[in-house]
Amino acid sequence: MGAPPAVTRKPDAVGLGVMTGLGVGMVALGAGWVSGPWAVLVAVAMLTVLVLLVWAGVGGGLEVRRAIAPYGLLKPGILWLSLFFLAPLWTMAVMSLSSKKSRFDFFPSFTWDWSNYSRALTDFAPQFGRSFLYAGIATVLTICIGYPLAYAVAFRGGRLRNVLMGLIVVPFFTSYLIRTLAWGNLLADAGPVVAALEAIRLDGPLNWLGIMDNGRLLNTPTAVIGGLTYNFLPFMVLPLYVSLEKIDPRLVDAAQDLYSSAAGAFRKVVLPLSLPGVFAGSLLVFIPAAGDFVNAQFLGNPGTTMIGNSIQDQFLRQLNYPLASAMSFVLMIIISVAVLLYSRYLDTEDLV
Amino acid sequence: MRLDHATKRYGDFTAVHEANFGITHGEFFSLLGPSGCGKTTILKMIAGFEQPTTGRVLIGGDDVSAVPPHKRNVNTVFQQYALFPHMSVADNVAFGPRNHKIPESEVATRVAEMLSVVRLADFAVRRPAQLSGGQQQRVALARALVNYPSALLLDEPLAALDLKLREAMQIELKRIQRDVGIAFVFVTHDQGEALTMSDRIAVMSQGRVEQIGSPTEIYRRPATLFVAGFIGSANLLPGTVASSDAVEVRVSLAAGATVTVPGSQVAAGADVSAGAKVTVMVRPEQFVASASPSHGDSIKSSVTDVVFQGASVRLVARTGDGAEVAAVVAGDADVSFLRPGAGVHFGWRADAPYVLSGWPAVAGATTTDVDRVEAAL
Repeated sequence: MGAPPAVTRKPDAVGLGVMTGLGVGMVALGAGWVSGPWAVLVAVAMLTVLVLLVWAGVGGGLEVRRAIAPYGLLKPGILWLSLFFLAPLWTMAVMSLSSKKSRFDFFPSFTWDWSNYSRALTDFAPQFGRSFLYAGIATVLTICIGYPLAYAVAFRGGRLRNVLMGLIVVPFFTSYLIRTLAWGNLLADAGPVVAALEAIRLDGPLNWLGIMDNGRLLNTPTAVIGGLTYNFLPFMVLPLYVSLEKIDPRLVDAAQDLYSSAAGAFRKVVLPLSLPGVFAGSLLVFIPAAGDFVNAQFLGNPGTTMIGNSIQDQFLRQLNYPLASAMSFVLMIIISVAVLLYSRYLDTEDLV
Repeated sequence: MRLDHATKRYGDFTAVHEANFGITHGEFFSLLGPSGCGKTTILKMIAGFEQPTTGRVLIGGDDVSAVPPHKRNVNTVFQQYALFPHMSVADNVAFGPRNHKIPESEVATRVAEMLSVVRLADFAVRRPAQLSGGQQQRVALARALVNYPSALLLDEPLAALDLKLREAMQIELKRIQRDVGIAFVFVTHDQGEALTMSDRIAVMSQGRVEQIGSPTEIYRRPATLFVAGFIGSANLLPGTVASSDAVEVRVSLAAGATVTVPGSQVAAGADVSAGAKVTVMVRPEQFVASASPSHGDSIKSSVTDVVFQGASVRLVARTGDGAEVAAVVAGDADVSFLRPGAGVHFGWRADAPYVLSGWPAVAGATTTDVDRVEAAL
């Protein structure tokens, strides 16, 4: 095989420029920057670029096609993200800096109103704190439950591996909402779980530990965290399983051959090699759990409101779009920073 | 180190049957056999990854049959090396000493010393994935040897390498073994590898040790038909004993000739009473090809293939009873008379043929039939 054909930087820059232009055009149309005749003009310009691209691909030689093919593959993704991610994000950013003239002003105008952010951070600090606390505890719990599970399936599952993984996922074919409501029944005051705990006299110690509240489980923080843990468990188990399953069992043999005990081999070889799975699983659990509002609504009480509930409330009941947008942005930024710090801490880029 | 009647069974399947031999200090000992013959199981019993079902494993006189691997003073070089991908070369090598709680300064000296023994001093900070196959192989060696084990166990360590690299690594391994002076127990299915490096070889088949001996013994005086066929290339010519006395055995071959074999060239314990079924083994390089019958014994056959190999010429021919035989003649010999279809007489030196008990499954050369060669791998 000879060297691959040299690709100059120029078509790259041109291609990316064209794709960015198309993306910006989509955002402009989607977010309503432009309206009336200008919108038609932008749409016509974008169509022209697309037609030109197709024409260049069909009419041009192999070289041209080879140069534009990658951007052709990117096109659906860029257009999709532009329309359904960048445009809403932009709209939300604009909205978060707008202000309502009155309670019934449904189309707030853009005024660089930063007070939405200060309100989001002060009025809703407890909700933010609870969200990250609950999501954090739920993430740790999913690791504690999911790791041994994924380990057992990956290393001891044998031929049953795929069946076992299937069994872990099967309950999740039922709707999220129905499963959460079912938890409500299970944890209800006269439900089986509370009755069982009372029968074995565990309710006393659990009350004392603050896990139960006056003999109740439903509508306590425990129920909310339990619901989050249960609902997001597969998102921890699947990436963990994938990273554990890739580990060559001979590495464990090698560690033991080199004087590691079984526990030492796990700590020095298996655990570090599975960290990418722990990282991926933590993201998949923590991020949606921090923004979740279903568990707090059905399993919690007014004192366990999470930020997701507050955002929902501001959007749908208070109709305070600017404040709700600012809260969403704060949530997004905190999560992004947390994820960055976490990835630094785990040093995942350094792992194979 | 000894295996004392060690047997390993998995359910009904006997992986190793009554392995009973010792390995002395500083010896290069090979376990050779086709895949599934139990050689790796023996290695695992010595390393501690498997416990013998019956019998014992002794290291330095102590029964270690129930001792876990991390408490045995032997180290293994694994097939495909099993290097820790998340650690640098130096950390891989330091893994064992660190587990022994050796002070970090001494660990560093030992690692540096061992990396220079395997000529990888410049690669200490690399990751295994950044090394070539041969380099990874040497890291695996250094990682095991840095612990100064009483024996090094090698599980097909060269199988993943290219032919040329494999040959160079054979020499390198032998050099390292001489330098460190400990016993190497080397598992392989490649008889060339075993012959090149070993002081002694144990040939195994279907869980049993067929023969233990030096490479020359195993090559020249195989104990069984399996060993004769597995080691090197051999022409196995079935026949029956016509007569025998203390000096020589006369065998009439199915290929239609009578061979006189000196009594010293009879496998130990072989039945050579008149009428016994025996096999005469002649190595391809022992055949002398000529156009007309020479003095002494010879078999007549017709040439089917002439393959020029540079240093030598390989002949494949068919005998009167349809068996294929192979011969190797020097490349500079006059072979102009050897054309496919031409008649040829294969003679030999009087002390070349060797008699074994029993008849082979397939008569003739062991290395010309693809299925047969494949079955032995």
